Amino acid sequence: MKGPAGRTLFIANRGEIAVRINRAGKALGMTVVQGHSAADADSLAVRMADRAVLLGPPPAAQSYLNIPAVVAAAKASGADAVHPGYGFLSENAGFAAAVEAAGMIFVGPRPETIAMMGDKAAALAAARDAGVPTVPGSGGRVDPNDAAAVAAGIGYPVMIKAAAGGGGRGIRVARDAAELARLAPQAAAEAEAAFGDGGLYLERMIEHARHVEVQVLGDGVRAIHLGERECSLQRRRQKVWEEAPAPGLSPATRARIGAVSVALAERVGYRGAGTLEYLYDAGADAFHFIEMNTRIQVEHPVTEAVTGVDLVQAMIRIAFGGPLPDPAPARGWAIEVRINAEDPARGFLPSPGTITGLHVPPDVRFDTMLYPGYTVPPWYDSLVGKLIVQGDDRAQALARLRAALDGLRVEGVRTTIPLHRALVRDPDVVAGAVDTRFLEAWLAAGPNLEPYLEPPA
Amino acid sequence: MPEIRSPLPGTFYRAPAPGQPPFREVGDAVAIGDVVGLVEVMKTFVEVKSEAAGTITAFHAGNGAPIGPGDLIAELA
Repeated sequence: MKGPAGRTLFIANRGEIAVRINRAGKALGMTVVQGHSAADADSLAVRMADRAVLLGPPPAAQSYLNIPAVVAAAKASGADAVHPGYGFLSENAGFAAAVEAAGMIFVGPRPETIAMMGDKAAALAAARDAGVPTVPGSGGRVDPNDAAAVAAGIGYPVMIKAAAGGGGRGIRVARDAAELARLAPQAAAEAEAAFGDGGLYLERMIEHARHVEVQVLGDGVRAIHLGERECSLQRRRQKVWEEAPAPGLSPATRARIGAVSVALAERVGYRGAGTLEYLYDAGADAFHFIEMNTRIQVEHPVTEAVTGVDLVQAMIRIAFGGPLPDPAPARGWAIEVRINAEDPARGFLPSPGTITGLHVPPDVRFDTMLYPGYTVPPWYDSLVGKLIVQGDDRAQALARLRAALDGLRVEGVRTTIPLHRALVRDPDVVAGAVDTRFLEAWLAAGPNLEPYLEPPA
Repeated sequence: MPEIRSPLPGTFYRAPAPGQPPFREVGDAVAIGDVVGLVEVMKTFVEVKSEAAGTITAFHAGNGAPIGPGDLIAELA
């Protein structure tokens, strides 16, 4: 198969990732066609593209999520390949299959892989088969008479969950056998009342868990990993700050989490860029697989910074039958902070509007779709930019992040820049001593997050 | 006459979820702080609260319709 040069790439996404994919496609010598909604006609991605095609009205359901419209637009544009970015249709197996059925290359895994890894039970089964540790649990419904023995085997504290439930509803935590004996009947009664099914299962509660994830690239047979990322700073399960590598991992743990990730990717015949997400229990130095994301991730730039691999170019090359990269060992430290059009001083209220001023400090990477005069529409995700810094070590990366945040100005809309200016000065963040619940508690304490707070001298 | 206007641009909804009854109908009384609708903006649902007390005489924003900041949602008497 000939490579991407001279071929046409259709971008089925918007915002900063569309700009990012455009640059990768152009660097590979491709013609770039941008699919867009009516609200994005004046977007930077459309302005940068060789051609642009209207997908539909502003609501995503009628444009970026409309599979027949996107496939038809891509096909009519003469595209050889479709890049789905992240979000929208990126992990929709039906979309990937429709792109292939229309005779185009889907820049991502095979549709069957997307479907399997998108099914939580199937993904966990594949992980266990590949020897990847998962969260210890009953592995299904547990008979109330056996609960104590099962819990002893899992190890306390255990979470008692409704088999028919979801979304965290009705979860109870038992710290010992006595609590289990008291709480399990309550949980069963509540599950029976709520779901008409009193079935329960048990899972170890990982306290003070960190979110650590591993970047992989596969060619459909072989896979490599490009190290891990730390993404524990989250609000409402949305990451706000990511690093590569993860602080405090021992060389042995780092090698093992990478090796098992490659094993799972190869077991499922993974093609393209993917990420395996883990809960990391620092106290026990243990990691547990939770899910795989079968797409490029928002936070991919920190991995690019420390490995020197352009992940978006790599996934396009692989999609055209090219080889996996052979990177040198990762070096240095990178941090990304997400800049969202939200007001952190007012409960993260969305803040769409027109950009009246934009100043990006020199010598940092700022992935964005903003330009002065651009109006951030109300229809889509609030992510408007990603500030990425790197240093020889974490201390240098933090110092550079602090300076870069002091210089970054996005005017006309409220943004999460004040949040990051405060976080980069927080002793626990500086020490890397955070877990996935840190940020919510930190915010609940009511920090001053007014815009453009001048840093202390 | 008091009015309720949208605080943000986005999509206006009169009910808390599809298939559920509207928060308020014409003729209903509202107190200060009562929720009369939702505006979906950037994948977030923001409550629209009345800043006045009275009785709703008209809705000017349709369910599921695009809305701009400051657009009239309802009138009170």
